[in-house]
Amino acid sequence: MTTYRDAIRTALQTLLRDDPRVFFMGEDVGRYGGPYAVSKGLLEEFGEDRVRDTPLCESTFVGAGIGAALGGMRPIVEVMTVNFSLLALDQVVNNAAVMRHMSGGQFEVPIAVRMATGGGKQIAAQHSHSLENWYAHVPGIKVLAPATVQDAHDMLLAAVEDPDPVFVFEHQMLYGIEGPLDIESVPPSPWRAAIRRVGNDLSLIAYGGSVHKALTAADELEKEGVRAEVIDLRSLRPLDRDTILESVSRTHRAVVIDEAWKTGSLASEISAILAEEAFYELDAPIARVCTLEVPMPYAKHLEEAAIPQVDRIVEAARRSVRGG
Amino acid sequence: MTSDEIRATLLRCLTDVAPDIADEEIEDDADLRDELDLDSMDILRWVQGIHKALGVEIPEEDYGKIASFEDAIAYVAARV
Amino acid sequence: MPSLGADMTAGTLAKWRVAVGDRISHGDIIAEVETDKGLIEVEVFETGVVEKLLVGEGEKVPVGTVLAEIGAGAATVPESASVPESASVPESASVPATGSASVPVSASESAAGSIISAGSSEVDLDGPMASPAVRRRAHELDVSLRGVQGSGEHGRITLDDLEGFPRGSAAAAIVGGRLRISPYARRLALERGIDIAQVRGTGLSGAIQARDVLSAKPSVQESGKPVSASERMQRAIAAAMTRANDEIPHYYVEQSIDMGNALTWLREANASLNVTERLVSGVLVLRAVARALRKHKKLNATWQGGKPVPSEEVHVGLAVSLRGGGLVAPALRNTDEGSLTDLMARMTDLVSRARSGALRSSELTSATITLTSLGERGVESVTPIIFPPQVAIVGCGATFERPWVVDGQVVPRPVMRVTLGGDHRVSNGHQGARFLSALDRLLQEPEKL
Repeated sequence: MTTYRDAIRTALQTLLRDDPRVFFMGEDVGRYGGPYAVSKGLLEEFGEDRVRDTPLCESTFVGAGIGAALGGMRPIVEVMTVNFSLLALDQVVNNAAVMRHMSGGQFEVPIAVRMATGGGKQIAAQHSHSLENWYAHVPGIKVLAPATVQDAHDMLLAAVEDPDPVFVFEHQMLYGIEGPLDIESVPPSPWRAAIRRVGNDLSLIAYGGSVHKALTAADELEKEGVRAEVIDLRSLRPLDRDTILESVSRTHRAVVIDEAWKTGSLASEISAILAEEAFYELDAPIARVCTLEVPMPYAKHLEEAAIPQVDRIVEAARRSVRGG
Repeated sequence: MTSDEIRATLLRCLTDVAPDIADEEIEDDADLRDELDLDSMDILRWVQGIHKALGVEIPEEDYGKIASFEDAIAYVAARV
Repeated sequence: MPSLGADMTAGTLAKWRVAVGDRISHGDIIAEVETDKGLIEVEVFETGVVEKLLVGEGEKVPVGTVLAEIGAGAATVPESASVPESASVPESASVPATGSASVPVSASESAAGSIISAGSSEVDLDGPMASPAVRRRAHELDVSLRGVQGSGEHGRITLDDLEGFPRGSAAAAIVGGRLRISPYARRLALERGIDIAQVRGTGLSGAIQARDVLSAKPSVQESGKPVSASERMQRAIAAAMTRANDEIPHYYVEQSIDMGNALTWLREANASLNVTERLVSGVLVLRAVARALRKHKKLNATWQGGKPVPSEEVHVGLAVSLRGGGLVAPALRNTDEGSLTDLMARMTDLVSRARSGALRSSELTSATITLTSLGERGVESVTPIIFPPQVAIVGCGATFERPWVVDGQVVPRPVMRVTLGGDHRVSNGHQGARFLSALDRLLQEPEKL
């Protein structure tokens, strides 16, 4: 059993050790060991050239990472959280995402970017965003959301190996979770969703920090005789449409759980896909369980009320079974 | 082939065409079309079935000779 | 008693600055309070009338004690500063530019009012306005608030509105005139031939779901016996024919056609054909009708959305009477194409599948016209009713030997009376007559069919 953060560190060690093109940079990743302790000890192990502390300027160091990738390196850039990544969005959307296209394939940008995401620690309105959907919106980049310890390890390896920019979102509430890690096994493709629990009565579709809540909700629903299937999306761009459609075509009901705000969310995208391609399979309206449409509250009980929790997921599932 | 076997075969071909007939008693001398509400398509399919089962071909001009069930049995018996 | 410092636990009301009955406004000084830090003036945030003073001058009370009660007073509506304006959802993007009066008000009000989740209901910031009590009752009654018309202020749903709302019965499945049924349930009903109107919905607000369709039993007659399939078909035919009679203004034209050439040709052809390829006269009429339609497109259409939609292809529906009394008219697609032998084979197959209940849904829905032949039964002519949404129907009587004039001589000829029923919104007698003439001409040259 390993923790999520340790699994990421293990992956970082493997990458730094085995591939001289790889280097790791971000705010406080070196001397401090990382704001979430992910890179603790790596500076000591690999030295200043391979593990670099950056200035407090996301636009600069993400841009530098893009440049390094263009130059043949395989940089891993840590942006402390998705909240700060907004300062680097121009680099991402207008450089990283379009270089291959605009150069007619002459240039590629094999950069991997890791970011913490989500809320739940009372860090309030400016520091609790879930903006995976903004990244998943952009052609030219790929987006992953590991929800398990194994995926936290495997997905970073896949991200670095990929010749295109890959953004890995780590929900901040997951760093301390424990789970099995097998570094010898051949990992499944990161671009496919995983069915974490099989059921035939309805499909709970989630990613990242919401997957475990969906699983808990499924346990609750089991007691009421409702067998819920839980899908861990894993890849947000590209979305694994096949798995989603196969599941809902079998269960005929969908509840999508997404910690982002409902408007313009990935939950909306998935709902649209289901309405377009599984319309005649739906036995109830599609339900979306998302963060309430407010800036994230600071007060603990309000933050809890805003973010999707198990009770809201269960309630949405019950309504779905009743026909909407 | 005995008369009974021919009767059974003709009946089976007829019920293939009109499945509900199995339940009814067919009067041997009644006009099949009127009695059993068979149209020209039904008769043709019956004739095709008889041809397939017994190898007897019934040309169109002979349809009048198989108007009743007993007539049909006699016609087929003479040619089987 | 306000808390005037982090460590203050109690304060002494030194002096009241107002008396009962005084009008006060937001910001007025209402009292002086003695604390460790000295004498502090206490402001009030309400506007209204002082109704009661509950603590006497010189009394020391704990922080949080109610000092006075302020009421709305006779004429004043208090500006409730306690409703936080900042909590309203910025719905400006969703307010329609055309400015529907109720939308902006209800958007911000409902945001402020429904931030607190009402028990177990999902908080719905864009949904209908309803108090937590109403939401709870709706949940108990298994009614979806979206379907309820609110009679309260700004369309707010009241408990009374809920009590009057139908639920649980099949009637409740109809909200606003539309049947509530899931797409999957509707598909299942179609595939299984179940009449949705007879299905009782058990979903929220009586919505019909898949499990309701799957467990649907045939509806029960007054006598208590289940309705048979053929009776249901009879009812469906009755409904269709009634509708056709009500909605379609029929006109009729009739032609007597000399079938001599056709029957002679048929006899000769069949004599040399294998019994499995034998043709019946009906296939000649079918092919002739289809070919005639190619040049008379007005009759080859369907009535959709209030107007005729002509079809490029000809799919003649063949009326097949079912043993046991029903009637279907499945389409023989592209009836004008292919060889006559092929058409005969397809017709035989269609009739046998019609009789054994194995038709395909496309056959039941794609006919562009119908042909009904009752000639076998010996009636001279038929005056048929159009099958909606088609716009025409051809009916054939029996072929009888009749005295006929050929080259100035009276000779017996086999004559068949054909009637065309047309939808007068789409075609008229003249066009119908021309179609029948075309049909006649085609049947005079059967070798060309």
